[in-house]
Amino acid sequence: MNSQVAEREMTPMTSQRAGQPVTRNEQVNHDLSVRVRDLNLWYGENQALHDVNIDVFQKTVTALIGPSGCGKSTFLRCLNRMNDLIRDVRIDGLVEMDGRDVNEPKMDEVALRRRVGMVFQKPNPFPKSIFENVAYAPRMHDLVSRRADQDELVERSLRDAGLWEEVKDKLHQPGTSLSGGQQQRLCIARAIAVQPDVILMDEPTSALDPISTATIEDLMDKLKQQFTIVTVTHNMQQAARVADYTAFFHLGELIEYNDTKTMFSNPYTKKAEDYITGRYG
Amino acid sequence: MSQSFDEITTQLKRRHRKSARLKWLSMASLGVALLFLIVFFADMLNKGLPAFQQAMVQVEVNYNEDAETMGRAALEPDIAPLVSRSFERLIPGMIRDNPDLLGTTETRWVLTNSDVDQYLKGHRNELSEDERAAIDERVENEQVEMKFNTTFFTHGDSKMAERAGIMAAAVGTIMTMLVTLAVAFPIGVMTAIYLEEFAPDNRFTQAIEININNLAAIPSILFGLLGLAVFINFFGVPRSSPMVGGLTLALMTLPVIIISTRAALRSVPDSIRQGAFAVGCSRWQVVRDHVLPLALPGIMTGSIIGLAQAMGETAPLIIVGMVAFIPDVSASFTQAATVLPAQVFTWAGEPERAFVEKTAGGILVLLAVLIFMNATAVLLRKKFERRW
Amino acid sequence: MQTNQIFLLFCGILLLLGLVAFFLGRAKAARVRGAGISMYAQPDQYAWFTVLATAGPALVVSGVGAFLMLLLGAQIPTTYLLVGSLAIAAGGLAIGVLQIRPDFHARQAIERVIRLLLAGAALISIFTTFGILFSIIFEAIRFFQKESLWEFITGTTWSPGASFLEAAGRAEEGGSGGQFGSIPLFAGTLMITCIAMLVAIPIGLMSSIYMSEFAPHSVRNIAKPMLEILAGIPTVVYGFFAAITVAPVIVDVAGMLGLDAAYNNAVAPGIVMGIMIIPFISSLSDDVINSVPDSMRQGALALGMTNGETIKYVVLPAALPGIISASLLAVSRALGETMIVVMAAGMRPNLTANPLEDMTTVTVSIVAALTGDQEFESSATLSAFALGLALFVVTLTLNIVSVVMIRRFREKYRINDL
Ligand SMILES: Nc1ncnc2c1ncn2[C@@H]1O[C@H](COP(=O)(O)OP(=O)(O)OP(=O)(O)O)[C@@H](O)[C@H]1O
Ligand SMILES: [Mg+2]
Repeated sequence: MNSQVAEREMTPMTSQRAGQPVTRNEQVNHDLSVRVRDLNLWYGENQALHDVNIDVFQKTVTALIGPSGCGKSTFLRCLNRMNDLIRDVRIDGLVEMDGRDVNEPKMDEVALRRRVGMVFQKPNPFPKSIFENVAYAPRMHDLVSRRADQDELVERSLRDAGLWEEVKDKLHQPGTSLSGGQQQRLCIARAIAVQPDVILMDEPTSALDPISTATIEDLMDKLKQQFTIVTVTHNMQQAARVADYTAFFHLGELIEYNDTKTMFSNPYTKKAEDYITGRYG
Repeated sequence: MSQSFDEITTQLKRRHRKSARLKWLSMASLGVALLFLIVFFADMLNKGLPAFQQAMVQVEVNYNEDAETMGRAALEPDIAPLVSRSFERLIPGMIRDNPDLLGTTETRWVLTNSDVDQYLKGHRNELSEDERAAIDERVENEQVEMKFNTTFFTHGDSKMAERAGIMAAAVGTIMTMLVTLAVAFPIGVMTAIYLEEFAPDNRFTQAIEININNLAAIPSILFGLLGLAVFINFFGVPRSSPMVGGLTLALMTLPVIIISTRAALRSVPDSIRQGAFAVGCSRWQVVRDHVLPLALPGIMTGSIIGLAQAMGETAPLIIVGMVAFIPDVSASFTQAATVLPAQVFTWAGEPERAFVEKTAGGILVLLAVLIFMNATAVLLRKKFERRW
Repeated sequence: MQTNQIFLLFCGILLLLGLVAFFLGRAKAARVRGAGISMYAQPDQYAWFTVLATAGPALVVSGVGAFLMLLLGAQIPTTYLLVGSLAIAAGGLAIGVLQIRPDFHARQAIERVIRLLLAGAALISIFTTFGILFSIIFEAIRFFQKESLWEFITGTTWSPGASFLEAAGRAEEGGSGGQFGSIPLFAGTLMITCIAMLVAIPIGLMSSIYMSEFAPHSVRNIAKPMLEILAGIPTVVYGFFAAITVAPVIVDVAGMLGLDAAYNNAVAPGIVMGIMIIPFISSLSDDVINSVPDSMRQGALALGMTNGETIKYVVLPAALPGIISASLLAVSRALGETMIVVMAAGMRPNLTANPLEDMTTVTVSIVAALTGDQEFESSATLSAFALGLALFVVTLTLNIVSVVMIRRFREKYRINDL
């Protein structure tokens, strides 16, 4: 590990900006998954993230909330370097996972994405069969070798994503023939089939009806036994229901990062309180 | 449980190599395509640039009485076989037009025949050893020189390569394009305006649209068959004339103009139309005063591109007979004419080596005109490109 | 009187009447308005309406008259026609002026006429298609009245007649009748088209993959217009290039390999035609690949796939219908291409699988049939239309199939965009 990083070591749960503590110190009984220090990001001239510091813990759900355009998606994409796909992006700061800075030149972004999966706002199944949608990536990654392994993995992933019962009889129909909520769960199945450590979800339920939303919320609760989940949501109730930790962003800054209960009952900052109680945003 | 970054990175090596291979392969494909382009242009320049130079010889012209009937008699016997016969044929006429010349002598530069020209350019020729020696000597004495080939730009076709030029074809091309433009532009723009601004969205309109798209994909030679069967055999338009060629090409260009005009009209935002309607303009007034002016650059661009396409077209013109041998420039819409690409085609069929050069020279002129037109179109688009 | 004198006279008088109509109309409208009566339209609009009333019917009558005379051979003395249509113009003028009343909607009347004119222009494209179809079918029927359709479809000998053979230097064969089995022509066309596609599809498709997925913007901005230049080169130029530059190279290369190639082999025109079609394929596939939604690529990359895998297993399969449709269009292009094969391919109908031999194509045979000295009525000439009909049907079918495919492709992604 980099010595500079060691100097800036902080106790878990403490995020600092300009010397101002924004979260309550509390003993945490989770292991660290991703550590972010002084993360700044520019789109061309335009700075979209300012000195973000955050610790994401293993096997928890962390929710990112905040008004539109505050940088939640941008931050999320920093965790698996999806920002590489955008031109004119400059990133500065540390995003550390498994003892490695994900932005270091030696880091292979494909390897990173293999461990940090992502589910998008709009379901985007591949134009292939349901089976292939799930089986395809594990096959690429040599996670399965035998036909039987593959069938088993597909079934397990679809079961974990809560979709198996609905699609087990039509595995060979195109993935796009499913409903929106089913498609989104297919995308989740696809993501968990490659057995990542972290799953990023960018407003996974915003295009869905309430019932599909509830299904996916239940799913997150189950999935956090295996995976670390970071999710963006505009829905306060959803954050309150599913998240263990909540981070509140505003204008590219991380204003407050706290455990969800505290965040929603007794937030430390005024801004967060205003946002949560619906006074703006 | 899960693999570390290092493990995964090691596994990924092979897959990254594959990915890189795809990248290189695709890059190489583009490279090959561009290489074709470069080879092509290099080849054309190499073959065609010499056509702009022509060997000239300084001769003593002795306007004697024999020359009144046989031009060759005016030239010294040793040089006479090397001079272009086209010049010898001019001499009797010159004496007839100007009897004072008779008995005088004059030193002037005249065209050599194409064998001398090819010899000096280092190509295959049919000169004897003696003739070559004579030429070499005159080159030493600066009595034989390569000069800029004005004949090529000022004369029509000829069976003598040194005398053949593109003038007649260039005039034919202009005449033909005038007909094409006069027919295709108004009809094309009107069709586009109708489809884009007036037509109800019914089956009839859809049929026209599908039809226009199909028309754009019909092989050009079939337009030639149409021209032959309808314009020549049915309406009696004179064969080989710029009229019939222009009409045929107009039908071919029509879809290009319609499609690009529609695109130009569509790119004018609806807010402009609504604004004009709101101040009480009728549909036609909206189109005439507000939409058309804004769409005009796009329409011009499309029309130029369509015209450039028509200008390079040969197949339908062969069918309607526009590959005639045209030695004299004639600016008539109803008399036989040829066009640049057809001239190129005719020359390409000539067996003499000297015509290869002429063909490539004609091609260079044609390409220069087409590139100029397309560049104008692109500049026009750039200049007036608007983001709404 | 000469026809064009009459024509000039007609135009002159009509123009004069038009001017009169314009000023009379405007004057009357201005007078009415001057009297303080409010009118539905502007004076100028009334003026234009009067002009239309004058010229429109007269033009229609004279046009119909000329049409009847020219085409159907009706014997109408031209002077009658002239006088008749001018009388109608005068009548139109009178009616037009009478129509200028405050409650008359001159503007709507004008707009109706304009609309009709525009719709008429739109009809011309339909006429063109039907013109092509009927002129070809009509002549083709005459051909099939003389020759057997069955032989045309299944015959393997194409030798249209003595004079054509003479041109090809083979006068001694064949009688006067000629044989019209089109299979060798289609085989030659197919061979050259296949060679062209073997060049154009891989290079065009891979180039578009490079440009849309890998290339930096600067490269793309330069390479794209350069490829477009390839598309703008006239086919006659490609033909020259194929015959003079490429064919000798093919012969030499074949010689080095110990093979015997004809100078007008099928490979040279095939390769050059392929080069011509590269930009066609690459720009169409580029469009299609670019319209595969980015979410698809992101989905694949987020699963830890490499760029190459994303393209190969996600982007290309998604774009496949569009790519196939582009290729079909390209095939239809190659089938109908004329100049390259006229200049670089053979004249001899030759049913062979060896691309190094000379062979001829449908389009070459069309050109050969129509540039000979045969009279138009002969089977040899009319065979051009039978071949043209076959070409028309094939290219039209390919085109329609490809349009339907591309529409399906687009709709699929529009719906999926939610
Ligand atoms: N590709 C991009 N190029 C340039 N600027 C961008 C890009 N993506 C986002 N931004 C800018 O960065 C800022 C943060 O955007 P981001 O998408 O992260 O917001 P968000 O919090 O996810 O908003 P939302 O809740 O609406 O999804 C915005 O100001 C946005 O304009
Ligand atoms: Mg977002």
